[in-house]
Amino acid sequence: MTGDVIGLYATALCLLIGSGFVIVGVIGLLKFNDPMTRLHAPTKVGTVGIGMLLLASMIHSFTLGQTSLHELLIMAFLFVTAPVSANFIAKVNIHRRACDMPPPPSVDDTWSTLDTPDTEPAHTHAP
Amino acid sequence: MMRLYNWLLPHPLLTLLLALVWILLQNQVSAGMVVFGLILGIIIPRGTAIWWPDAPTGLRMGKLVRYMVIVLWDIMVANIQVAWIVLTVPNSKLKPAWIDIPLDLRLPEAITVLAGTITLTPGTVSADLSDEGHCLLVHVLHTDDPDAIRDEIKTRYEARLMEIFT
Repeated sequence: MTGDVIGLYATALCLLIGSGFVIVGVIGLLKFNDPMTRLHAPTKVGTVGIGMLLLASMIHSFTLGQTSLHELLIMAFLFVTAPVSANFIAKVNIHRRACDMPPPPSVDDTWSTLDTPDTEPAHTHAP
Repeated sequence: MMRLYNWLLPHPLLTLLLALVWILLQNQVSAGMVVFGLILGIIIPRGTAIWWPDAPTGLRMGKLVRYMVIVLWDIMVANIQVAWIVLTVPNSKLKPAWIDIPLDLRLPEAITVLAGTITLTPGTVSADLSDEGHCLLVHVLHTDDPDAIRDEIKTRYEARLMEIFT
């Protein structure tokens, strides 16, 4: 019986923390005014927010006696795909010049997103 | 015998990972599921091996596990920091910055892991690579000292990845 009660409180706590992080992510998305800073709030706060919600789901299924580990897979896929989508949004911002442009790299000629035929490259090949 | 082994299992770790994912998808462990997972784990890497010719070999698993624990801990801390910045710092006082990190890593897989780690941790998003892949562009949400963040990424993550992907 006490196990049920502890499980219930743990589930509730995880749900509260998770939804708190998710709401902070949404506030950040609405508050910031630059496309690149906007990207920060959902990519990071979202992972732990959703992670805690999934943890709540796992604890709940354990207390009901139906162990479920699907949530681990969701978390793993989320951690693999979140950086990829964030990277693509950042690249689109750079490509459309929608943000402050980055300084040229210290080692090579230019950033790969800016290295397109229609922009003048730093190293012009002789015709 | 060794050649047969290499032909059948081009990526042994990927085989194990695929079998594990299959079992987790089924949500129950039975002998049939394990066998079917292993069959999938052999067929899929075999079928896709020609698109991944130079996979890194000799991963140091112990160090990889330690790296994952460090990154998970950093993600927790980073989330609280970013949440604090979102809630307390007004837009006019926010100091975003671009930093570029000269890379010592050369393996594409290692650079991918580094870029993913940077995106998941303290207020940083990896945005781009330089045209020849020797430099990583990172956007920082709020910082007074961009050089300190670059040094931290290089010592905390890149140095460890250099040891993992030998």
